[in-house]
This record gives sequence, C-alpha cells and structure tokens, in this order.
Amino acid sequence: MEGLHRFLATFFDPAMIEAHTLAVLAGVWITLEIGLAVIVAGIGLGLLLACLRTYGRRFFNFFIVCFADIFRALPPLVLILILYFGLPSAGILLSGPMVLFLVLSLTLAAFAEEIFWAGFSAIDKGQWEAGIATGLGFTGTLFHVALPQALRLATPPLVNRVLAITKMTALGSVIGVEEVLSAATTAQSFSGSATPLSLAAIAYLIIFLPVVFLARFLETRQRWGRA
Amino acid sequence: MQTLLDQFFNISIMIKTMPLMLKGLVMTLKLCAAVILLGLAGGLLVALGNLSPRKWLRLPCIVFTDIFRALPPLVLLIFIYSGLPFAGVEISPFTAVVLAFFLNNSSYYAEVYRAGILSVPKGQLEAARSTGLSKAQALVHVVLPQAVRNVLPDLLSNTIEVVKLTSLASAVSFAELLYSANMARSVTYNASPLVLAALIYLVLLWPLVRLVSRFQRRLAA
Repeated sequence: MEGLHRFLATFFDPAMIEAHTLAVLAGVWITLEIGLAVIVAGIGLGLLLACLRTYGRRFFNFFIVCFADIFRALPPLVLILILYFGLPSAGILLSGPMVLFLVLSLTLAAFAEEIFWAGFSAIDKGQWEAGIATGLGFTGTLFHVALPQALRLATPPLVNRVLAITKMTALGSVIGVEEVLSAATTAQSFSGSATPLSLAAIAYLIIFLPVVFLARFLETRQRWGRA
Repeated sequence: MQTLLDQFFNISIMIKTMPLMLKGLVMTLKLCAAVILLGLAGGLLVALGNLSPRKWLRLPCIVFTDIFRALPPLVLLIFIYSGLPFAGVEISPFTAVVLAFFLNNSSYYAEVYRAGILSVPKGQLEAARSTGLSKAQALVHVVLPQAVRNVLPDLLSNTIEVVKLTSLASAVSFAELLYSANMARSVTYNASPLVLAALIYLVLLWPLVRLVSRFQRRLAA
C-alpha cells in the first residue's frame, strides 16, 4: 500500500495535475498544428515527386532518388541541429518550429515518395498501355488509372510512416519548440515533480493511439483483401 | 558562398574533431548492437504473445505494442531518465536509453514478426505437427524461418530506423555520435562537426536504404 501511495504521489500528484494540465494542453495544440502541417506538406511533396518519377526522365529521377535516399538515411535530429545551429551563422534565421516543420516534412516526403513509387511499380504494365490506348494520354492515365490504385496500395504503409514521423514532433523540445514534451519538462523542472511527464505521456497516448488503431485496421483489411 | 562552406564544410575543423567523432561512433555502434539484439529478441516474444490463443497472454501483449507504438521514443526516454529518479530509482544514461529503446523497438519488431508469422499458410504448421513435431519445434523449424524470410525487407528497414533512433540518446547526454558532434559544434562555434556526423550516418545507412528499395522493387515485380 505504501509503495502504491508513493508511486501515485510521484507520477499522479493531484495538485500538480491541476497546476500543469493547462501548460501541457497548450503544448498539445502546438504538437497538433506542426504535426498536421507536416502531414499535408510531406505527403503532398512525396506524391508530387512519385508522379514526376513515373515520367521516367533520367535527369529528374536521379535527383528524386538521391533526395529520397538521403532523407531516409539521415536521423532527423541531426538535420534539425544542423539547420537550427548552423544556418544562423550563414545569415539565415529560422525559428524552432520552422526548422522542425521543414525537417519532418522533408523526411516524410522522402518516405512517402518511396511508398507511392512502390504503389506505382506494383501496377500492371497493361493498365498503362490500356489507358494510353483509349486516348487518355500519359498524364490522363497517370491521374485516372494509376494514381487511384497506387493510393490504395500506399495507404497502410503510409499511415504507419505518418505515425512514426508525426511522433517526432517531440524532437522539437531539443530546440525549444514549446510542444507537449517541452511544456512537460519545463513544468517538471520548475515543480520538482514527475507528474508533468506523466501528463505528457498521457497526452501523447490520447493523440496517437487512434492513429495506431487506424494503422492496425488498415493493415488487417489489406491482409484479408489479399487472402 | 564562402561563409556557407566555412560554416558547414570546414575541412580543418572536421579533421580536428575526427578523434572525438570516432569515439562517438564507437559508442553509437555499441548502443546499436545492444538495442537491435534486445529489440529482435523482445519483439519475437511479444509477437508470439500477440498471436497466442490464450487471452491472458494475448491481451497484455497487444496493450504493450499499442502503447509503445503511440508514445514518441524521446518522451519515453525522458520519462525514464528524468522521471524514475523521482521514484527513488537512479539510472545511468546508458541504462535509460537501452530500456527506453528496448520497449519501443520490441513493439515495432513485434508488429513486423506478427505480419511475417501471419503470412505463413496455416497448412505449414498443421503439416509440421502431423509429422510429430511438437508445437515449439514446428514453430522454430518450420514457421519462423519462412516468416522471417517473408518480412526480411521490413526487418531491415526497421533496423535502419533503430540505428537512426540511437541519435536521440544525445538528448540525455549519452556520448554517442550526435552528442559528440554537438559538443564539437558548441566548442568550435561551427556546424561542420554536425555535417560530418551526418556524413557518417549516410555512409553507414545509405547502402542499407538502397538494399531496402531493391527488395521492395523485387516484391512489386
């Protein structure tokens, strides 16, 4: 009983919950804003690059593949530190949220490009030929025939990737973006209590558990569809 | 242009900080070895639990994977590193990092294994059992080898993510590659050490990223 009491007083102190919930909620708002911006920009750019890649111009494709490879190989935190600490001395000042948004959306774009491209590659060649033969033209076939199928194939892995990358908004705490984790560690060091950290963990669970469930649902549906 | 080069690609600073960076790289590699092995082992156990017919075993495993897939790894790491001392548990950065990533990676690897095991037709297990193999033997000799082969690209791509993830250890002052680079940056007032770290990560991971893409193309074809 003593142990449980101490655990609750450390991680779920009612007075601390009351004092710091508002600050953590303010962080939730920033996390959601940056997360949504990253999703829109990252998926948009990734889709655009994958579509460009279907045109098969060697020159463009070389750069698209390099971009996708580099941003899939580099840890986002390294890029965040380079942009945040390096650019100011080169005369370019970017705010913390801006750096976080840029790095995460470029990273998501790289993964999204590969996922959409895998979707395009899985489409039977005959589909393209048939589309072009009916007079749709290459671009028409791309948008009306290939894209709808690629999008369906891409959705489950894409949701997984979106989950993994939007979670990285927590990296913003390293460069002073006042998102959930940042708000919680500040509150923790002011109050000398671990409760704000529990609040942050709960906030993340509330935000991201629905996405985890969605990812599982989509995967299961695809597995059944294939069987 | 010259300021950009000086700020990001200053060769003399890169050479000067190289020994520190190599020390960091060794720590990164050690950390990788620990968390990849623990994650692969933990993930397999959790996946088997996930697919168990026994409800009391299956439920906690599903809750485990869902919770640790939803929590950002950095949040988990900070919670363990700064939160546990409040409960009277003193913990070193290395232990905190290994524990946090073990929980996170196990749940990710578990999802990969689970997909692999589900991809093996049920008849395989039935046939193995009918030849007199016990359930455990059938699992080890028949189901798992096929399951792992089916999800090899996903295992590899998850392992790349794990290597990238170790850079978060810098947030709790564990002296791995990124931490060393950032130290060097703050001492030299120059971003070149960070760029050097990025280059080292690229050399380490680019071949693996290529390999994953190659795998994916073969699966699509």
